[in-house]
Amino acid sequence: MLTSLLARVSGALFCLGLLLAAMVSSLVFGHIPVSLDMLAASLVDYDPGSLEHLVIRTERFSRTMTALIVGAGLAIAGALMQTLTRNPLASPGILGINAGAMFFVVVGATLFSLTSPSELVWAAFTGAATAAFLVYFLGQEAGRGISPVRTVLAGVAVTALFVSFAQGLLILNQDRFESILFWLAGSVSGRDLEAILPLLPLFCLALLVALLLCRQLNLLGLDDEVVRGLGLKVGHVRLLIGLVVIVLAGTSVAMAGLIGFVGLIVPHMARGIFGTDHRWFLPLSAILGATLLLAADTVARLVIPPQEVPVGVMTALMGTPLFLHLARHLRKVS
Amino acid sequence: MTRSLVLRSPKDRWSVKLNVRVLVVTLALAVLLAVSSLLALASGSHPTSFMEVLGTLVAPGQSELSLIILEIRLPRIIMAILVGGALGSAGLILQGLVRNPLASPDVIGITSGASAAAVLFLWLGGVAGTSLLLAPVAMGGAFAVALCITALAWHRGISPARLVLVGVGLAAALTAVTTLLLVLSPDSTAMNAYIWLTGSLYASQWHDVTALAPWLVVCWPLALIKLRHLDAQSMGEDMAQGLGSALQSHRLLFLVLAVGLAGSAVAYAGAVGFVGLIAPHMARRLVTSGHTGLLPIAALIGALILLYADWIGRVAFIPRDLPAGIFVAGIGAPFFVYLLYRLRRELG
Repeated sequence: MLTSLLARVSGALFCLGLLLAAMVSSLVFGHIPVSLDMLAASLVDYDPGSLEHLVIRTERFSRTMTALIVGAGLAIAGALMQTLTRNPLASPGILGINAGAMFFVVVGATLFSLTSPSELVWAAFTGAATAAFLVYFLGQEAGRGISPVRTVLAGVAVTALFVSFAQGLLILNQDRFESILFWLAGSVSGRDLEAILPLLPLFCLALLVALLLCRQLNLLGLDDEVVRGLGLKVGHVRLLIGLVVIVLAGTSVAMAGLIGFVGLIVPHMARGIFGTDHRWFLPLSAILGATLLLAADTVARLVIPPQEVPVGVMTALMGTPLFLHLARHLRKVS
Repeated sequence: MTRSLVLRSPKDRWSVKLNVRVLVVTLALAVLLAVSSLLALASGSHPTSFMEVLGTLVAPGQSELSLIILEIRLPRIIMAILVGGALGSAGLILQGLVRNPLASPDVIGITSGASAAAVLFLWLGGVAGTSLLLAPVAMGGAFAVALCITALAWHRGISPARLVLVGVGLAAALTAVTTLLLVLSPDSTAMNAYIWLTGSLYASQWHDVTALAPWLVVCWPLALIKLRHLDAQSMGEDMAQGLGSALQSHRLLFLVLAVGLAGSAVAYAGAVGFVGLIAPHMARRLVTSGHTGLLPIAALIGALILLYADWIGRVAFIPRDLPAGIFVAGIGAPFFVYLLYRLRRELG
């Protein structure tokens, strides 16, 4: 773990470098490889006649931006949830928030024929909020507050509920099945930049609120009584963070579908490197989350050409070993 | 005090204590199940009267009607009862084992194991509905995953909390693999696999019934005899050991029983969810009893849920025949919300 200021600053700069490298490789690698010179040329001096320029401008650039936003959003949502529930296994995927958003999006897409992310995002918010509410109340144990194992089970049960409803809807509307399947698996490809732009203001607002709350988040790790004694309005802070989580996770699902485990692994990596001070670990979670999703998406394009592995599958396969490790070493599991 | 009957053998070699309320509820549910089955037998795309059904059952003939009833509807209804019963009892055993009311075969990864194996099989070229190998492959998947979960959660014996968490983690990875295979499959195969994943009893045959029944004939009596040890465990580990119950070997036995029941059911009917989660809760609402008394009730409720779900899917959208799994979630969701409400009231 990095403790001194100098080490932390250089660590943060290194992570930014990684992010930049991931962005460039996400733009360069793929079915049609593009050289670095070509990439620079397409950004500075755009030539619509060139195939490489066209691929970068229309397909890759929006894909890279989507992965960047979704990765950062999921990582911060996961970090906030882990602090809020004091549960190292918490993340939007495990606790059913993603599944709730996904179900409402499927309802919007099949029953109301909504298609663009800016329309679907409201469905996603509703779903995320519903799922969060259900899991919060199911996860409480009479007299003992929130128990980690119980919360995880509640999340999985809520996920099962929403997924089976979504399955039913998809079987009833089979003509929409193929278009939605890849999206259900989680994918950052094929999103127009114009479709994403309307979501950005709200997303950035949520991100800003999260970063402004860093001091309060640091206190939440303490006992509730102590925090109250220090003059923090615990209820208000919790509610605000809950809203931020719902906005971040909902936007991510509306953009990219079900991408699990980014919200789980990234906060653990960031905490391992920068410690538990939210002023460092929260922004770094965002950077590492974006890097991870960009890298996963780039690898997913190259594993079984000409087909692509859905990026949600990649992150799940990367995240499971860490989840199992955490589960085996979770303290205080009675 | 609850009233109970005590049966003793001569010389007191064994005795059985029967709770009267449990007996009454079991009988009432069994009657309800029998009546519902007869009604389900009489309805379908080819309309038949109730008397005709009774006539065919008493004296089977060679007519088209008796072919429809005896070869198409009857095996399907019996499959619904057996699969629902197996899932309900597997859920009860798992919830008792993990000591958590939210556990069920689909939550802790047993169903995901079967699903991943089945979808892999379909991807490699098997055909759902006609291939006899699909069910054994799916069951193999369920047992393989159960073995992995046990091995990973092993730390000086089975720890229920770790069992749950490891199961949840493995289930997530297996779901990812299943999704990957679905995306890689051609569209028609993907849709078939998706229907299998939802759980459907479409085109169940008598050979499915005869293949599933032996598992249940072994597992249910064994569970009835051994479940009293689960009652001992629910009082705490120390208490169970103090009462002379071998903690770890019984945990292993219950896990094997749950996997046997759930794995075989899922293998023949597809990944039906939710029955294992809600049937035990409904049973606990009806009677207050140890696990032995709850087992037949949970099994009967599970059978009723799946029977009704399949009936709705078969009859409500004629000419389409929809997978039962869709309606299980529909029936299960209101109860799930009720569960939430009850939990809140207990807290407040």
